[in-house]
Amino acid sequence: MIRKYKKQSLLLLTLIMFILPFFLNIYWLDVFTFVLFYVVLAQGLNIVVGYTGLLDLGYAAFFAVGAYTTAILMTTFQWSFWSTLPVAFLLAIISGIIIGTPTLRLRSDYLAIVTLGFGEIVRIVVTNLNITGSASGIYGIPRPSIGGYVISTQKDFYYLILIFAILSVLIVYRLGHSRIGRAWIYIREDEDAAEAMGINRIRLKLLSYASGAVIGSFAGSVFAVKMTAIAPLSFSFLQSVMILLAVVLGGLGSISGVVVGAALVIILPELLRGADDWRYLIFGVALVAMMVFRPQGIWPPQYETEDEDPNDETEDLDGSNTKAPEESPSL
Amino acid sequence: MSILTVTNLSLQFGGLKAVNDLSFSVERNSISSIIGPNGAGKTSVFNMITGFYRPTSGGIELDGTSLINKKPSHITTLGMARTFQNLRLFPNLSVLDNVKSGMHCRTKQAVFGALFRTKAQKEEERLIEEVANECIDFVGIRKFRMRAAKNLPYGQQRYLEIARALASKPKIILLDEPAAGLNFAEKQYLIELIRRIRDEYNITVLMIEHDMALIKQISEHITVIDYGEKIAEGTPTEVLNNERVIEAYLGKEEVV
Ligand SMILES: Nc1ncnc2c1ncn2[C@@H]1O[C@H](COP(=O)(O)OP(=O)(O)OP(=O)(O)O)[C@@H](O)[C@H]1O
Ligand SMILES: [Mg+2]
Repeated sequence: MIRKYKKQSLLLLTLIMFILPFFLNIYWLDVFTFVLFYVVLAQGLNIVVGYTGLLDLGYAAFFAVGAYTTAILMTTFQWSFWSTLPVAFLLAIISGIIIGTPTLRLRSDYLAIVTLGFGEIVRIVVTNLNITGSASGIYGIPRPSIGGYVISTQKDFYYLILIFAILSVLIVYRLGHSRIGRAWIYIREDEDAAEAMGINRIRLKLLSYASGAVIGSFAGSVFAVKMTAIAPLSFSFLQSVMILLAVVLGGLGSISGVVVGAALVIILPELLRGADDWRYLIFGVALVAMMVFRPQGIWPPQYETEDEDPNDETEDLDGSNTKAPEESPSL
Repeated sequence: MSILTVTNLSLQFGGLKAVNDLSFSVERNSISSIIGPNGAGKTSVFNMITGFYRPTSGGIELDGTSLINKKPSHITTLGMARTFQNLRLFPNLSVLDNVKSGMHCRTKQAVFGALFRTKAQKEEERLIEEVANECIDFVGIRKFRMRAAKNLPYGQQRYLEIARALASKPKIILLDEPAAGLNFAEKQYLIELIRRIRDEYNITVLMIEHDMALIKQISEHITVIDYGEKIAEGTPTEVLNNERVIEAYLGKEEVV
């Protein structure tokens, strides 16, 4: 049923997201802005972990690549925000391939360690380089503008990241429902079988890392101009874990699920603010319960559907002379 | 004329010689089989031909092209498809999506086409679906089209794996014990299916099988392997009456 009204529900949700700022105070507007950041980040990671099945514990590194690229180019070199994006794009692809290459032959547990290491390396590098402002980071990042209009208010940034979020959902949806997306899923389901079916797993895994990296880095670029100051703390291991959490919680490989996951990961701790110190404990318990009772996530992807073609059974009858021996389906 | 030629192929696992100086060839448009006792090295031969194992020495040629040092995906692109001894489907995906995987190497739309839904991309998606449906119908599992592969009855899973291999439009298909686990009726259906693969699609079939009755019915040429070495080859009657074969392999089972 949800499927049937998919387009309508999506349009409605988009509409709600557009008018939402008019009903929120500054505090909740900020919370929802971060939800949208997480939607972008989680969708990017969803390509790698959800679709391709490659565990990545260092995804915040790509977030950092975008944020620092934009920050450095805008402060030290006075570039405009928009012209930093192609550079962030290229650097994300390069860093995606850098992390991808050594992990190609690794299976999940080793992969987790290598990606974790990569995330830490990026964080440590930005903490120690002068150009990235060392531990204190970069501040005084200018406001971006579109055709003379300076994007500066909270609402402006909400809309900016909303557009990126919509784009990221669209991108992941279209990639996911294409020949490329199916190949990623085949790799996740059975790497050897995928290779036997003519899918070059090395090329497709690199493409997956690179695509995820680009989306993560764009989130970083917007993050830099929204915050006007960035520091290594925002790109810690914890950040990677929280993004991964959004994906797993929502449902690996499910676009709608990941949106819900991102919202929960940000909003739940806010709602629990009243509980003070207990906040993260309750959050943690909720997560554990979630994974015990619904390990596939809140809204897992659906690969199996009822056939929309009602003529199937009849076609079977007149069709071939050699019929498959009947057996009761063992479900 | 032969489509596949294997020459002096050897494979060593540490101290174990899984395949030893094996040579054979497969006639174009034939239905051929490889037989031999458990652990004889049959699957290892398939794995070398399809690029999953790298031979210690020897040569493999498909239609005159060497397959040595080529990736499995590349070899599939060259026109070789395979099934696995222990089913290797994409368990959570629908039958249709499983079969679509075969068309991956016959299509080329990438990121740009996917993002902008270009005309060429839509055209290609239609083609992929069409071919997949054709293969699904061919093996007779249409009514399971939207079912997850893991929820299919076992026999249908075997046919699905064949459909998926056919979707890659191979010149030759390698079936590793396709009848394993099938009941009598399903085996009869499989025999018919294998014949149709050859007759209707002109695809050469090379299979590993333990079921002698089945092999006698459809196989035109048999290569017998024992301890990684070829001990006999020829037509079913020649091979199944061969002294060494009876001794090494069939002696224990009362076939022939
Ligand atoms: N990856 C591997 N590593 C080490 N040894 C292997 C490997 N694959 C196969 N072998 C060994 O090589 C020998 C041949 O195995 P193979 O699977 O090719 O036999 P088979 O003829 O297919 O047997 P079956 O009829 O039981 O399927 C066996 O002794 C097996 O243990
Ligand atoms: Mg075997």
